[in-house]
Order: sequence, then C-alpha cells, then structure tokens
Amino acid sequence: MINLLLFPILIPLLFAAILLFFPKNISLQRIISAAAAVATLISVLFLLLKVKADGVQAVTLGSWDAPFGITMVSDMLSVLLVLSATIITLFVIFYSMPTIGIDREKSFYYPAVLFLLVGVNGAFTTGDIFNLFVFFEVLLMASYMLIVHGGEKPQLRESIKYLLVNVISSALFVAAVAFLYSVTGTLNMADLAVKIPQIEETGILTVIAVMFLVVFGFKAAIFPLYFWLPGAYHAPPIPVLALFGALLTKVGVYAIIRTYTLFFTMNIAFTHELLGIIAILTILAGCIGALAYFDVKKIIIYNIIIAVGVILFGIAQMNEAGIEGALFYLVHDMLIKAALFFLVGIVAVIFGTSNLREMGGLMKTYPVLGWVYLIAAFGLAGIPPLSGFPGKLLIVQGGFEGPQFWGSIVVLATSLLVLLSAIRIFIYAFWGEPVKTVPLKKRSYYQMFVPAVILVGITVILGVGAELFMPLINGAGEVLLNPSIYIDAVLKE
Amino acid sequence: MEIIMSFVIGFLFMAAVYLMLSKSLIRIIIGTGLLSHGAHLLILTMGGLGGTAPPVVADGVSVSDYADPLPQALILTAIVISFAVTSFFLVLAYRAYQELGTDNMNLMRGTEDND
Repeated sequence: MINLLLFPILIPLLFAAILLFFPKNISLQRIISAAAAVATLISVLFLLLKVKADGVQAVTLGSWDAPFGITMVSDMLSVLLVLSATIITLFVIFYSMPTIGIDREKSFYYPAVLFLLVGVNGAFTTGDIFNLFVFFEVLLMASYMLIVHGGEKPQLRESIKYLLVNVISSALFVAAVAFLYSVTGTLNMADLAVKIPQIEETGILTVIAVMFLVVFGFKAAIFPLYFWLPGAYHAPPIPVLALFGALLTKVGVYAIIRTYTLFFTMNIAFTHELLGIIAILTILAGCIGALAYFDVKKIIIYNIIIAVGVILFGIAQMNEAGIEGALFYLVHDMLIKAALFFLVGIVAVIFGTSNLREMGGLMKTYPVLGWVYLIAAFGLAGIPPLSGFPGKLLIVQGGFEGPQFWGSIVVLATSLLVLLSAIRIFIYAFWGEPVKTVPLKKRSYYQMFVPAVILVGITVILGVGAELFMPLINGAGEVLLNPSIYIDAVLKE
Repeated sequence: MEIIMSFVIGFLFMAAVYLMLSKSLIRIIIGTGLLSHGAHLLILTMGGLGGTAPPVVADGVSVSDYADPLPQALILTAIVISFAVTSFFLVLAYRAYQELGTDNMNLMRGTEDND
C-alpha cells in the first residue's frame, strides 16, 4: 500500500486552497498555479513508473479493508488519463495568462482550474462508485464556476441550462447507485465485479447498467443526450473551452469504460450492442453538426462528440484490438482537442470573431500558425503517421473482428467528414483574400502560440512514436480485459 | 413500509418533473430540490428500513437483524452536495435575472443570431 496515487489529487487541492487567500496578486497566482500543475505532473510521472513496474496500485482510506473502506485504485488506464489531464491543465494555465483577461484572473480563475483538476484526477482514480459520484460533483462544481466566470450574458444564459442538466443527471446517478446497492449490497467496484456474476437475475442488472449508461452519457455527451453540449461549451472563453472539451466529456467516457468492462458484463449481447449502436449514432450526429456550422468553436465542439462516439464504439467491441484502440484514441483525443482549441482560439483572436465567413488570407501573415493547424487537423482525422491513426486503425480492426462490422465502415467513412470539417477552417481562415485583422502584439501572440505548438508536438510524438507508447496501452487494455487483475489488486492486499 | 416509501418517492419524482417542465426558473429550481429529495429517500429505502434495530452489531444482535448503517452515510454526503448545488443555482438564477431581465426559460433560448 502506497500513498503515491493520492498525490495527483491532493497537490492541486492544497495549492488551490492556498491561492484562495490572495486573489488580487496576479503574478503570484500565475506562478503558484503553474507550479502546482508541474508538481502534480512530477507526482504522476512517479506514479506511472510505479504502476508500470509493480502493476495495479490500491490504497484504502483510513485502512479499512477493501469492501468497507473507500478504495482508490490506480491501474495503467487511470494513470494515463491522470497524466493527460495534468499535462492539459498545465498548458491551459500557460495559455490562460495572455488570453483570459485581468478581471477574470483577479477573481479566483486559477483556483477553479485547479479544483477542476482535483475532481478529474479523483474521478479517474477512485475505486468506489459512490466516491465517483462525489468526485463528479467536485469537478462539476468547479466547472459551474468556470462556465459562468466573467458573467457575460451568453455565459449566464447557458450556464443555467448546463447546471440544470447536470443536477438532473446527478439525481439520476444517486438513484442508480441506490438500485445498484439494493441489488448487490456493495458499492466498491472490485467487490461489485465479484458479486455481480453471482446474481442470477440478470434482467434487473441490465436495467441498472442502462441507467448508468444514461447517467454517464449525460456527462460524456452520447446520442441523444449531447443536446446541452454545443450551446454550453460555446459560451465560456477559449481556455475554459479547451479545458472542458479535453477533460469533462472524457471523465464520462472513462466512467462508461470502467463500469462496462469491470462489472456490467453479465449481458454483453444486449448492453454492449446498445453501446455500439449509440456510439455510431453519436458519430453521425456529431458529423452533421461539424459540417453544418460556420463557427470555428462550434466545428471543433461537434468534433468532441464525434470522438466520444469513436471511443465508445471501440469499447463496445470488447475485444483486444477494439479496447486498446479506444484507449489510445482517448489519450490522443484529449491532447489533440486541447491543441485545436488553442489554435482556433488564436485564429479567433486575430480576426476578432469566430465566424468563418469573416475570415481569410491568414497564410500570408501567419504562415507557421497555418502549417501547425494543418498538422493538428490531419492528426484529428487520423492521417498516418499522426496520432489519430493507430487508435482508429485498432478500433476499426476491433469492429471487423466483432459482430458490428458495419460500424467500422461508418467510422472509416466519417473520418473523411472529420477531415473535411477541420480542413474547412483551414480553407476559409488561411486561404483566400486577406481580410482586416486585429493587431496583435508579438509577445502575446507567442504566449498563446507556444503552448499550442508544444501540445501539437506531443501529439506528433504520440503518433510517430506509437510503438513506444503501445506497451502502456497494452497494459491498460490487459486490466480492462481481465478484471481479475483489478479485483486481486484491490481485495487481496 | 418500503411500499409506502416507494409511493412517496414516486410522487416526489412526479412533482419534480412537473415543476421542471414549467417555464419559470424558480419553479425549475424547486423541482430540482424535490428531485434530489426523492433520490435521497430512494437510497434510504433501497438500503432497507431497519425499524428499531441498532445500526451496530452488539452483543445479542445477530447480523441478520441490524440496520444497515451505510445508506444514511451516503445520504448525508448527497444532501450536503445537493445543498451546495441548490444554493449556487439560486445565486446564479438571481444574477441571471439581473443581467438578462427575465426568468422565463422561453426567452433564454440562445441562437447564433441573438448570441
């Protein structure tokens, strides 16, 4: 038993609490929040090495043994996601400094970002389904604050809807937990994985599994529960949007992956086929949105929904290729979405609008920005050797090995639509006749551009060096495919 | 007793859905309050109502007839969270009313044109 896996949760919590004491001192806020993210990153890297060397790590709070105490579990999947979340938060903090504005920085912006990281890392690490609910609420509370932060009219209007949707889904979460508890008598995920196969009435468990799919589907924005996402994510400023787009839906996706591979496996023929069909519908709905709008933010927002569908389609196959592809794609998507939001954020700042029709000719004035955007767009669509390719390849392979081969065809076909939607931004904003741009100081341009370039660079390394990262993804996939590894690590200490 | 509680919970959910479907923001917030009350009662009922049995295994109490202590701990957590969220929601609603000048959800639709 080691406490190392609690550090990615505790470090940002501690620093966020310290930051609350001096909101007006901006330079100190900036330095301490960046230091917090760096410290978290270092602790996650140590944890990654530990998990890679010794397998799944588990700690029970208060030293109550596993089914009774609250368990925190770090397997390869959770530590990879915690790592991606921390990297993204670090770059969002750097990107926020020139873009978010002094007024927001003076009113608890950085503490809110760190509290969000607390909730996200906690949700990725917890091994108890009720504790998952608590960490969901922690990250939702921080996200309520970030989405309304600044108090502009669209923000207030959209945050009410966002809040309402999440309050309803939280109430459903509590109800679903109540049903699960009454049927199984436990809430520890490893203990659930032991108890559920012993229960003979799979009908009631299937109902509960679908209830959890609805609950997590609200967070993950699956079809038809994604309706709140485009409006809500359009309101806040770009750094917040990047943080939400990269992290929040992925927490929902992670929760679906964890519950649907660890213990809701009693009726795969129904639940996972349902998940596969919903995933395909999610992809199609996202594609329609991504092609319909002329707003750069909206186009990338709808691409979030497409990616959620692609990942869940891989998971629904429940075979090695599908799951490993989905995990690779999940990590890739978190990084590439943050990078793309950063880049379109710069484009939107340069033109002073996010409407594509009022853009043009940026290639002459900002050629490097154009090429970096093109690389990110190719990475998003999955053109080899960039990072979208290995994940999508494995997902498609998993689909052809499973019963839903037609889904793989849809995934392949929609890749072209994803490419089209991302290239439309390139064509409209970078080609064509130059239009009037907002003058931008060199210094603040580079402050925005450098974090974006580094993130794109990380995704390129992830794609080109996929062979280096595959052992980690294999390790994560192995735990998901053999729940007994997870169960043994938690229950037999 | 569990049957009666089930009806109470069902009634709370029904009232919550009715209130949340109305246009006025304050009714919607009251609806979310009722919804979380229903969910909390559901946890309590699903854990099994213990009657007068003690929630600890003491001398002379067999494991079969003691009250499950976990549901009330879960509810306590859930109540604190829903309290915080509801208070935040009320503040947000008041601020939105000040800025937007309306509490009618029909007038809060955002489209690209009037964004």
